[in-house]
Amino acid sequence: MPVPAYSVYEQAILFIAALVVFTSFLMLGQKRLSGMIHLFAAQGALLAATTALAAYALPYPHLYVSALIIVTLKVILIPAMLHRLIVRLDMHRDAEPLYLYGYVMMAAAALVMFSYYVVEPIEHLSTLATRNAMAVSLAVVLLGMLLMITRRQVVTHVIGFMAIENGLFFAAVASTQGMPMVVELGIAFDVLVAAVIFGVFFFHIRSSIDSLDVDRLNRLSEVEP
Amino acid sequence: MSAVYWILGIPFAGMLYQAWRGDAPQAGRLNTRLCGLVFLASLVLAATVLRQGTIELADLQFRVDAFNVYLIVLTAFVGTTTAMFSAPYMANEREHGRVNAARMRLYHAMYQGFMLTMYLVLTTNNLGLMWVAMEGATLATVLLVSLYRSPESIEAAWKYFILCGVGIAQALFGTVLLYFAAGQVEGMGEYGLQWSVLHAHAAELNPTVMSIAFVFLLVGYGTKIGLVPLHNWLPDAHSEGPTPMSAILSGLLLNDALYAVVRSKMLVDGSLQSQLAGHLMMGFGLLSFLVAALFLHRQRDIKRLFSYSSIEHMGIMTFAFGLGGPLATFAALMHMTVHSLTKSAIFVTVGHAAQITRTQRIEHIRGLLRTQPMVGWGLVLGVVAIAGMPPFGVFTSEFLVLTATMQEFPWLTPLLLLGIAIAFAGLFRHLHPMAYGPRPAGQAPVQANLWPVMAHLGIVLWLGLAIPGVLADWFSQATRLIAGSAPL
Repeated sequence: MPVPAYSVYEQAILFIAALVVFTSFLMLGQKRLSGMIHLFAAQGALLAATTALAAYALPYPHLYVSALIIVTLKVILIPAMLHRLIVRLDMHRDAEPLYLYGYVMMAAAALVMFSYYVVEPIEHLSTLATRNAMAVSLAVVLLGMLLMITRRQVVTHVIGFMAIENGLFFAAVASTQGMPMVVELGIAFDVLVAAVIFGVFFFHIRSSIDSLDVDRLNRLSEVEP
Repeated sequence: MSAVYWILGIPFAGMLYQAWRGDAPQAGRLNTRLCGLVFLASLVLAATVLRQGTIELADLQFRVDAFNVYLIVLTAFVGTTTAMFSAPYMANEREHGRVNAARMRLYHAMYQGFMLTMYLVLTTNNLGLMWVAMEGATLATVLLVSLYRSPESIEAAWKYFILCGVGIAQALFGTVLLYFAAGQVEGMGEYGLQWSVLHAHAAELNPTVMSIAFVFLLVGYGTKIGLVPLHNWLPDAHSEGPTPMSAILSGLLLNDALYAVVRSKMLVDGSLQSQLAGHLMMGFGLLSFLVAALFLHRQRDIKRLFSYSSIEHMGIMTFAFGLGGPLATFAALMHMTVHSLTKSAIFVTVGHAAQITRTQRIEHIRGLLRTQPMVGWGLVLGVVAIAGMPPFGVFTSEFLVLTATMQEFPWLTPLLLLGIAIAFAGLFRHLHPMAYGPRPAGQAPVQANLWPVMAHLGIVLWLGLAIPGVLADWFSQATRLIAGSAPL
């Protein structure tokens, strides 16, 4: 297959897209909570880099604002908050066992291929770079879900959830040059409030079941004993 | 100034004020008054729309047409009557020490916050803002589900948060895809998320992208509707939160999520020229309907019982909107109205019943008619109405759905009839011992405000006997908007 001629911008986007998926894979393999938070911040930084790049290359000056929002929210604020919480809950040295590690990685690879399959029909619509970016963002969303499914730790679930939001942001930036400003602000607000509420929940869950293991959240079930 | 701004401004101001003074003794009454004011504003808005037709405001950010204006009035009405019920209910909870001052502030502020997000979902023309408001509704209610801080309620709230959060993220992906499709059409630019602009250009939108987008939107908002198999959060969240919360979740949130799906369907239908969206909705709707009807039989908690009944009815509505013809759409619109009125009335009586017996376990709730006849009869009549017995309005709308199904997909009619019969049996086997029988020792009546129940059931009865001209006209206009032609 001949390699089509990409502009420098497109090449850069593709490169960052690959790195974003890579961070998602690293998260799936990360045992330690603090390492997980660093990976999440790194993914946020990559996202901000893409946005700033798009703002510079296209040029869409309003994307600089989005990049700034991402840096404050996802690289600084939320990781710092999560870090403070796990220190206060005395969990920053905890490591979580990884179940069926090999299978999870295989499933993750399969999900990436599946995302390419889903966006396949959009083929003749736009440039190859956009299509790749779409597939990558869908893959990040699905890998975030996989992370939530395979882990038992509440903090990991929150990071998986936020990684899903990262994937959506990436889709919006790479394929449509960002959403309208009012929507972007609204989404950022929601993410911030969600992060605060998650923090509140850590303490509630901790005080009610004396651990942060979701397997022990099992009081409500359909069939009662 | 347009009534739309009042409808959004009053709950916003109310939220801020209640966050500060929501623990005062008169906070409950203030809550009711704020909701009542919004209800008046919604009536003004409805009159304006009836006279002038569709209103568009603020550079197409807001749009009120025949479809959403009636939902706005319904939302404001149910919000007001539930607030009337909530004031004495929460005062009672506080007397029994189940909530403290800080949680009362949280409760009242978030009640107004939730109403604000509901009005924003309904009035906005911008699909991105609609998503933001829908997520906002989750955030507003999640801390209310865990208001009592029991291990069960925290578990329920966590489940609600994670499932709805992840679910609704799918809807955002769908929204991005919509915006992407709009970007391919010349001259959409800035307005690529405005529903009215998208609808006008629906035929030019790329069908492949639109069909992928719809799948994501349906799964995303479908989580909020409580469609099987994405329904897991719903019974937990309804059963563990304070009862006024269950009433507005069931009566309002589910309707508004369905509203978002129907708006998306209108766009996709214009682009695809096929029945894909409709068939997906029919499938999910029918599955939810049948599964929830079966689950009714297994329930031991009274609020879980009625939340499964909500899933069942949302299933019928989704199915009817999926069928799509004028008759089915008319029926679905009417069913939305009667279901949310009946279901919130039922939750109000259930709240009183739970305070009388101090439990939510069905096997411990006995002899309601002997203890407090008003509460007992409210429950009996509510269940008779929700099970689809004539002469209540639920019967009329279910009958219309059946008629429409017989015209288009006759082979699905037996399934619908079977589901209705199963649900009927499931509700009555639990109702009978709760309402009848002797009064258990030590059970005393509580102070109850049953006006909301009577008003709701009265309206449902009225809709079953004769739909008033204004309302029928309204439903017809909305039907024309959604299905393309009028039913009558």
